[in-house]
Amino acid sequence: MKQKTHAAEHTEEHAQSRSMMQEVWRRFKKNKGAVVGLCIFLVICVLAISAGFVYDYDTQVVGGDVTQRLQSPSWEHPFGTDEMGRDILIRVIYGARYSLSVGVVAVAIALVIGVSLGALAGYVGGITENIIMRITDIFIAVPNILLAIAIVSAMGQSTLNLMIAVGICSSASFVQISRAAVLTVRNNEYVEAARAIGSNSFHTVFSHILPNSLAPIIVQATLRVGASIISASSLSFLGIGVPLPAPEWGAMLSGGRAYIRDYSYMTLFPGLAIMLTVVSLNLVGDALRDAIDPKLKK
Amino acid sequence: MNKEEHKTSDVEEILNIKDLVVDYETEDGIIHAVNGVSLTLGKERTLGLVGETGAGKTTTALSVLNLIPNPPGVIKNGEILLNGKDVLKMTEKELEAMRGSDVAMIFQDPMTALNPVDTVGQQIAETILLHNEGISKKEAMKRAGEMLEVVGIPASRASEYPHQFSGGMKQRVVIAIGLSCNPKLLIADEPTTALDVTIQAQILDIMQNLKKQYQTSMIMITHDLGIVAKVCDEVAVMYAGRIVEYGSLRDIFKRTKHPYTEGLFDSLPNIKERSARLNPIPGLVPDPTVVQPGCAFAPRCRYATEACKMAVPELRCMGNGHYVACSAYDDPNFKIRKGEKVDG
Repeated sequence: MKQKTHAAEHTEEHAQSRSMMQEVWRRFKKNKGAVVGLCIFLVICVLAISAGFVYDYDTQVVGGDVTQRLQSPSWEHPFGTDEMGRDILIRVIYGARYSLSVGVVAVAIALVIGVSLGALAGYVGGITENIIMRITDIFIAVPNILLAIAIVSAMGQSTLNLMIAVGICSSASFVQISRAAVLTVRNNEYVEAARAIGSNSFHTVFSHILPNSLAPIIVQATLRVGASIISASSLSFLGIGVPLPAPEWGAMLSGGRAYIRDYSYMTLFPGLAIMLTVVSLNLVGDALRDAIDPKLKK
Repeated sequence: MNKEEHKTSDVEEILNIKDLVVDYETEDGIIHAVNGVSLTLGKERTLGLVGETGAGKTTTALSVLNLIPNPPGVIKNGEILLNGKDVLKMTEKELEAMRGSDVAMIFQDPMTALNPVDTVGQQIAETILLHNEGISKKEAMKRAGEMLEVVGIPASRASEYPHQFSGGMKQRVVIAIGLSCNPKLLIADEPTTALDVTIQAQILDIMQNLKKQYQTSMIMITHDLGIVAKVCDEVAVMYAGRIVEYGSLRDIFKRTKHPYTEGLFDSLPNIKERSARLNPIPGLVPDPTVVQPGCAFAPRCRYATEACKMAVPELRCMGNGHYVACSAYDDPNFKIRKGEKVDG
């Protein structure tokens, strides 16, 4: 009997001792769609990383064989070839490098700008908060694409500028989310306790407030990578994103536009690639949001 | 009798609060939380700060750390001398150095006073790292483990998270954090309110032992007179932001002078006469946004006269460091009727 209770205690202890991340992962795994999304995303990542080693940029990705132009999908060219005889499969795979890096770097820029401003607004309050939040409102009121176009036109067309433009456009939502998250955490007693042991504001924000407000920020970041990929592709489609002849998916869509009646696969495959990436990221982001939400804890 | 009481005035003074006034300026009006509190605390003494919710106990304590949330809190007046240095005039840097190392605070609810994303060891080590320059992380963690042992938790549990501890254990961790830099003054803000009674006794024992071991002075904020009787040397009874009675434990318990203190004692259940009804103090705590011309307790006081409503009574000495703020003692024959049955 005694042993039994001891065992029960032990398992309970064990259940308790799972860290938050393990708990989130356990709940995340239950969502089939999310696991599929995560797998797809990981495959895309692996392809994107290995593409740089497998394919030669100058001859296979950018340079084409004109004799092979506009071929329909076949065993040799599973996705067909474009008007310059370049293999679309290789270009789509190589394009993942651009889309993913633009998406991730843009979100990283947005995180740095958004979280620091949002945390500042939430922690300091008063006039500082008002100024930051009203400027954020202005940014949100302007359509993202329009703002990005304006920024890219002002700074000049390059991949880095595209990342910065998309990042700045995304940062407004991070400001709002991190401010809200900080507001809910900052009045907790452990924040007051941190100040009572002599921790300064900087230390308090970065080691006590932000780690406790990460959940919504992580979710937003995951969802935002997808949105940033779409924004970047849209800008490339408009011809002000990643400069030609780089195989950016949006630019490939744009390039295939003229041939859409006869050679629809030229637009179909880059489009599918964008869709697949964004859908997988959104599946992951949605599932993360559900998994992190403690109210759904069972 | 006076040996013990004389000691009070002889010992080295560690904290001296002079005429502290704290307001909270909210949109709905100014809340007068503390209206002129003066206190002194000797080395290695324990002062009990007793009063109802909203009496200004916590505000007084937070002022000692200069941690009144501003806005809305504003310290309007006063001096808080900690080892002779005015806390209210310290720079932010000096304050950060003082908090945690000279004065530590134990919060009411251990469930929320610990950061859920850090291990308890990290949280104890954090204080040590903040106040000991040049100490390595490893060394700090080692000392954190030692502090855990001091409060009766195996050092091996330093790598666990707060949610893996029970309430009493968490409060021990909070005490370990408070004592980790050997503070001269420990402020305990209702440290046992959130705990059940058996754990309360354990925590109080730990605090008393460690207080002796570390030679710390303590301010114990509570509304539980039992705790006061157990741990305090001196008691200050607060009502509506003022100290209404101040004296040694014996003065307050045996020679109660103020009608409010009397009311507090009378409202305790009587174990000898269990059929007796409780004797609560009638009425409610006054609205702290309204400034009253007279004694704040007058509307609830059974001895109140017209004179009470005219002027705020000053603290008067009743001998041997026993002070009371009640104008009834203008009449030398006045005596409260403590313990006597009130009608009804």
